[in-house]
Amino acid sequence: MAAVRDNVFPTRMNLTVTKTRLKGAQTGHSLLKRKSEALTTRFRVILRKIEDAKLKMGKVMQTASFSLAEVAYITGDIGYQVRENAKRATFKVAAKQENVSGVLLPAFEAEVRAGAGQFELTGLGRGGQQVQRARTAYVAAVAMLVELASLQTAFVILDEIIKVTNRRVNAIEYVIIPRIENTIAHINSELDEQDREEFYRLKKIQSKKKERAARAQKEIDEAARRAIADGNLHQAVGGDAPAARDLLAEQADEDVIF
Amino acid sequence: MAQHAAHKNRTLIAAIGDEDTVTGLLLAGIGDVNAQQQANFLVVEAKTTQEQIEDTFLAFTKRPDVAIVLINQHIAESIRGILDEYDAAFPTVLEIPSKDHPYDPEKDSVLKRVQLLFGD
Repeated sequence: MAAVRDNVFPTRMNLTVTKTRLKGAQTGHSLLKRKSEALTTRFRVILRKIEDAKLKMGKVMQTASFSLAEVAYITGDIGYQVRENAKRATFKVAAKQENVSGVLLPAFEAEVRAGAGQFELTGLGRGGQQVQRARTAYVAAVAMLVELASLQTAFVILDEIIKVTNRRVNAIEYVIIPRIENTIAHINSELDEQDREEFYRLKKIQSKKKERAARAQKEIDEAARRAIADGNLHQAVGGDAPAARDLLAEQADEDVIF
Repeated sequence: MAQHAAHKNRTLIAAIGDEDTVTGLLLAGIGDVNAQQQANFLVVEAKTTQEQIEDTFLAFTKRPDVAIVLINQHIAESIRGILDEYDAAFPTVLEIPSKDHPYDPEKDSVLKRVQLLFGD
């Protein structure tokens, strides 16, 4: 497979930067993984609670229905009266938030407004007590439903967030980290290649310089030999020795490069 | 957060159900009629049409002040398609049993998803 990698210029600086990015990606991956695990644990707890609550709800609603049946038996149908009386809600919910590893889960809380005697006059003629009893039963039932609703909301939100988190974890694990690793490998191989080229170049220069130095040395030697031969000749003729010495000194001054 | 602000105002509980269920819920005090004379409850009778239920359900789920939509399971059954499609967090849709129709966990949209997740 052709290695997918970032398009960066292979320099040492980019290598350092990419290595930092790899470290960052790994940290992020482990953090996200832990987050996902924490959320999943929470999720399972909520699932179990929902199942229990849903089954319990059946019973609570049954009790409430029964108390309403009592009302119907004693008072007659109050449905119309109740519906006509419904103007402003006295039973409301308040949303508050709970923080689970950085995820805000809403939780509803039942809020019964004080002075909720909205149906005080219902069943005034007869069965008022039953009406109030049914009312209490239904308030309890609705409180339970509210609890269940907040569990269910948490369930829906958590479900969504766990999916997103897992997607991110997988993206980092299977796409981002391999790509950064490929980039690092690419930069390393390019740098190695550059190193080898540089080494070869230095070697070549060194050998050239050695060659040149050897040639220079040979010339010096040659000149010296000639000078000595000349000096001998001068001396034989009775020429001045200092002139011959000057020549030697001058020749010896030239740089010798190795 | 935007989400935070969005559900701060959701305080009402809406209900779609048969007469007894709605009466009971109204007794508990969830009933509300707003300035536009829109009630947050619908009594489903024999003459209530399927479209009426669907429209009401969609209207409730679109209202910005509704936090929870309660719906009788046997009524939910009739608009199951819409219910299964509905997956927003707010408002929460809750299926409740009614007097004549005992609660069946098998049919619940959310419990179906729960079971799906536990099944894997």
